Amino acid sequence: MTTTESSTEQTVSIAGLNLRLVQGGSGASAVWLHHSTGSLGWLPFHEALSQNFAVSVPDLPGFGQSERPTWARHPRDLAILVLRALDELDLGPTLLMGSGFGGWIAAEAATMSPNQLSGLVLIGAAGVQPDEGEIVDLIMHEHDDYVRLSFSNDAAYEEIFGEAPEEDVKQLWDFSREMTARLTWKPWMFNRQLLPLLATVQTPTLLVWGADDRVIPRSSADLYQGALANSRLEIVDGAGHLVEMEQPDVLASLIADFAGSS
Amino acid sequence: MFVGHFTERPYQDESSGFFGATGRDITDLGISNADYDPKLGADLYNRYLDEKVYAEEMGFDGLMLNEHHSTPFCMGGVMNVEAAILARITKKAKIVLLGNVLPIWEDPLWLAEELAEIDMISRGRLITGWVRGTGRESVAHNSQSPFNWDRFQEAHDFILKAWTTPGPWRWEGEHYNFRYVNPWARPYQDPHPPIWIPGILSKNTVDWAAKHRYPYVMLATDLEPTKQSFAYYDEKAKEAGYEAGTQHHSYLFKVHVDETDELADEVGRKFIQGPSNPFLEGNQGAVQANLQNLPGMTSRTAVLPTVASFAAATARGRGEDAKKLGGATSDQIDADKQDAADGFGSYDSQKERYTIITGTPKTVIPKIRHVLETLRPGSIFFWDGDGAMTHEDSMRSLKLMGEEVLPAIREIGEELDLRSPFEIDPATNKVVLEAPAAAGD
Repeated sequence: MTTTESSTEQTVSIAGLNLRLVQGGSGASAVWLHHSTGSLGWLPFHEALSQNFAVSVPDLPGFGQSERPTWARHPRDLAILVLRALDELDLGPTLLMGSGFGGWIAAEAATMSPNQLSGLVLIGAAGVQPDEGEIVDLIMHEHDDYVRLSFSNDAAYEEIFGEAPEEDVKQLWDFSREMTARLTWKPWMFNRQLLPLLATVQTPTLLVWGADDRVIPRSSADLYQGALANSRLEIVDGAGHLVEMEQPDVLASLIADFAGSS
Repeated sequence: MFVGHFTERPYQDESSGFFGATGRDITDLGISNADYDPKLGADLYNRYLDEKVYAEEMGFDGLMLNEHHSTPFCMGGVMNVEAAILARITKKAKIVLLGNVLPIWEDPLWLAEELAEIDMISRGRLITGWVRGTGRESVAHNSQSPFNWDRFQEAHDFILKAWTTPGPWRWEGEHYNFRYVNPWARPYQDPHPPIWIPGILSKNTVDWAAKHRYPYVMLATDLEPTKQSFAYYDEKAKEAGYEAGTQHHSYLFKVHVDETDELADEVGRKFIQGPSNPFLEGNQGAVQANLQNLPGMTSRTAVLPTVASFAAATARGRGEDAKKLGGATSDQIDADKQDAADGFGSYDSQKERYTIITGTPKTVIPKIRHVLETLRPGSIFFWDGDGAMTHEDSMRSLKLMGEEVLPAIREIGEELDLRSPFEIDPATNKVVLEAPAAAGD
């Protein structure tokens, strides 16, 4: 949404496909993977994070300006491409963060290549079937309603998007919805193989859930915490599913504290 | 000229509150089946089968069925069951399925077997038609929408092979995989039943149908965009190296015939009342645009000129896109929305545009002639008995159609040289020697 003077864009080629990312800040490498609704660019959250980290925000393959892997059928396929991108960019040990759908991809990546990661941050992450409640089905909602539901309340949504989002934002959501539907459908937004595999992961992990997340039930967080040996859960007040939108500074400092302590 | 009869078989429940202008919300995919009454369902299924038998008796060449899911406007979720019954209880008429929703089948071999059985029981009277379905169908059977078009094409190729290539063989496709394909049922017709493709909007589908030389059935679209779509078909046919003719063009439109013009108007208005298809113009129901327009279902650039008509645009939740594409202007859309909001307003508007034709035989025959002259289809379907129309309404209309309208239309068809796929084979453009009436005897 806001590309600032403090961020730059670059493109790398992974598996023959252009992958675009925005980068800013300096320090240890930290990569953030966006929601199923796509990346709005360099956000205040990234700006806050860039005080302590060299932050990279890719458009996931098939989203935004990154080329579509037409063969991809599962978030795990994107996780592999993301891991290759970390190598290609020579980022070194990286703090891999993901929100919602991006959190799922980050978790998949951790099961495959934990040694590439200095830490893992899962924010309202999809990927695990909750044992209480259900993950909200984006397909059954209008884009706008879905994003509203992703905030703790309507006022918080309107503070960012106004009463109705701009046309380009709606197009981004529409476009992203298609790629998401190519990667997850049955079951919707989780992978039954993920939890057993996470039991093999020792990577220090911070789980963050908005206190008012109405998209991914809290029980998913508990299941993640139970599976990941080296994890802790933080609940952020005054935030729904889009913690990075509603509480960017709180989230950035939670992450900085976590990285400092682990 | 081939003339078929069609109704969507609405679930008409006067006690439900969504029959007629009651103000009850009948948003598509927004109604719980807690309201479904199987005893009423039994009456309605039997009524619609009886009407089809009578349509055959009145001289219709084809009995058309269609398929939708999780919706009260069409009871044909398992259309093949109805088709199988018709195969046994009718004698001459073609059984026209427009169509099975290919992409939502997880197991198209099962469909190949069902259709082969129907073709055999009817002794070769099946016309099979295949569609991609609207978003509703993909939601109802949870078919991954971005692969809808790919699955349609692969299922088509697979079924054709299952019908024509002796088994056993193996199929390892992108969306379908079978280790042993050897169905113990083969179609009665050789090499397989005729395939007709119905549609309203997708340029991809017209292009594909033309390449396969399958007749394309435009479903109740406005005359001008229908004509443009046929022209597009012809253009694609030319690219594929053949000349398309009337045998490739088919058109479904609403016709109700009654004893007086006044009664015909009174009953004709019922087309757009009750649980009639909510994505068609003027009807009382509403659609959920996000469900009709599922991600990846329709390519944004491949939209036919029918998008300019309100019906087609809202059919896919694409009213806004129509504006962008230079189709319907927002003023037109607003005017049509106003008509729809006025309840019966758009009935008159549709009558003026020939998408609904009602009246006595004397009134409707010249109007049907106008449609035939404008579009030059070799096969047509009268869409009647829908919305809030009663069994009696349907039977009166069928009788008058049989006695007066069909004979006149056949003469007009001769005069205009409108040849059906049973007179000129669309696959070869050669004259078919056997008369259509002989089939199945």
